[in-house]
Amino acid sequence: MSGGATTETTTAAPPRPQKHISGRARAERRLGWMLCAPAALVMIAVTAYPIGYAIYLSLLRSDLRFPDETEFIGLSNYVTVLTSSLWWSDVWHTVFITVVSVALELAIGMVLALIMHRAIFGRGAVRTAALIPYGIVTVVAAFAWRLAWSKAEGGFVPVLLGFDTDPLTSTSWTYVVAIMAEVWKTTPFMALLLLAGLALVPDELQEAARVDGATAWQRFWQITVPLMKPAILVALLFRTLDAFRIFDSVFIITGSTQNRGVETVSILAYNELLNRLNLGLGSTVSVLIFVCVTIIAFLFIRGFGASLGQQQGGS
Amino acid sequence: MEGQSAGRERVFWSIALLIVFVSALFPVFWIASLSLKDPATVGDGRLLPSKWSFENYSGIFDQDIFTAALRNSLGIALIATLIAVVLAAMAAYAIARLDFPGKRLILVAALAIAMFPPISIVGPLYELWRSVGLYDTWAGLIIPYMTFTLPLAIYTLSAFFREIPWELEQAAQVDGATPFQAFRKIIVPLAAPGVFTTAILVFIFAWNDFVFAISLTSTERAQTVPAAISAFPGASQFSQPTGSIAAAAVVVTIPIIIMVLIFQRRIVAGLTAGAVKG
Repeated sequence: MSGGATTETTTAAPPRPQKHISGRARAERRLGWMLCAPAALVMIAVTAYPIGYAIYLSLLRSDLRFPDETEFIGLSNYVTVLTSSLWWSDVWHTVFITVVSVALELAIGMVLALIMHRAIFGRGAVRTAALIPYGIVTVVAAFAWRLAWSKAEGGFVPVLLGFDTDPLTSTSWTYVVAIMAEVWKTTPFMALLLLAGLALVPDELQEAARVDGATAWQRFWQITVPLMKPAILVALLFRTLDAFRIFDSVFIITGSTQNRGVETVSILAYNELLNRLNLGLGSTVSVLIFVCVTIIAFLFIRGFGASLGQQQGGS
Repeated sequence: MEGQSAGRERVFWSIALLIVFVSALFPVFWIASLSLKDPATVGDGRLLPSKWSFENYSGIFDQDIFTAALRNSLGIALIATLIAVVLAAMAAYAIARLDFPGKRLILVAALAIAMFPPISIVGPLYELWRSVGLYDTWAGLIIPYMTFTLPLAIYTLSAFFREIPWELEQAAQVDGATPFQAFRKIIVPLAAPGVFTTAILVFIFAWNDFVFAISLTSTERAQTVPAAISAFPGASQFSQPTGSIAAAAVVVTIPIIIMVLIFQRRIVAGLTAGAVKG
């Protein structure tokens, strides 16, 4: 390689600088790849390999209780799962929790972001307070909510609100508690992402609109929100994908009652894999969750492309 | 007129801040109050303890299940953080400073993997770990933790590294510093805050994991705190572990609160760096 380069430099003078740069560029390229290789290899090893293995397992009849009956059965696990009402009701529970909590988080998170952005005092303190729910272990947060609402475990809420029965034995109240726990825990993250977006909205624009007589409400919807659209989309993407995988909080909140009316797809996969030890069906559910998450991400990114294109066109 | 409206504004913000404080901190206050109830009165349905006691705390620290879990959680989260930050720092340095094809791909892949549902790989790992002897070991958790710690670290660090004025390094070399001196005296101090912030975030994520912990561990050998709390036995077969759960919850929350209080500004910078500039 280097020999070729030197002969060229001796014969033709003009391309020399370019050849020189490409030699350096090649070294830079190699160094870049070498530095990224360990991280890239680990990421592939810990995700691509297991997901490939999960796909393989999903094509088997594989039940750890009956190891001798393991055999290749093609797509029939998928037929079993996709024709079962349990899968579809769990998909519905998950979608419901995701949509309601992300919508609430967006609304409350926007208010919180505006407070953190505009407050005339105490901004640092508010930020600290908001980060505490974010930092708390999800299982701990879920226990705080469950123990507050569970009549059987001595929560204060049933006493305060005068419940005759345990609210956590009712499916609709369990939804309320699970969604509140989720919203409490993750709204700060949403708010911080939105706050970063708010910081990009120029103050002069707000000022100009105020001078022109726009009310605060008009300024919010017609200046702040359109300019924040990319930040809002990023926040929604992160939170929707995260909420769709919801496991910890629902698992803990329904832990004492085993209420399957709020079972989510991740919990279904867990039960199939680790309680029923059915690796084939459990992996099928896992692969389907992976597909769902991919579809959600794909839809969002198409939305992004459109909105970013619009932004660039406008500016 | 002016003074009146400024006063009204102060009242408005005071109320707004008060609402935020109460809603952010009330559940923490409740679990702390619950943990301080006398074990006999844990189930009394009152917000505040009628009889204060530290018995729940002495109870959990007497149980191996909790002390072992605390040790496992700390060890596993620290090692996972260290590995992820070292590997990610190399990659992020390359992404920020060098020009090579595929660097966008690394970032996109990191982002895609960050969105990955952990439950999707629990089955294969459970099967695999049991056959290779990694089930219920520290390594058996540290390895899957790379699926979320590494992408987070790469993303956050490359956002931080992009902000570093790398020309300073050359300037120092022009002024007579050796490359190593330039790196140590100029680049390390500039990069350290970003690396440190990333480490805090990664640690919080690893400390938080539950899905892998309950699926891939079963005993005190490797069970982490979230898994241990969810499996707490009552003091006897007929008593509920509510008091122990509350006390354990407070114990694992304290380090997080301390970190948040000290590093609040950095955590915010780290959380938003990756998301906005990426």
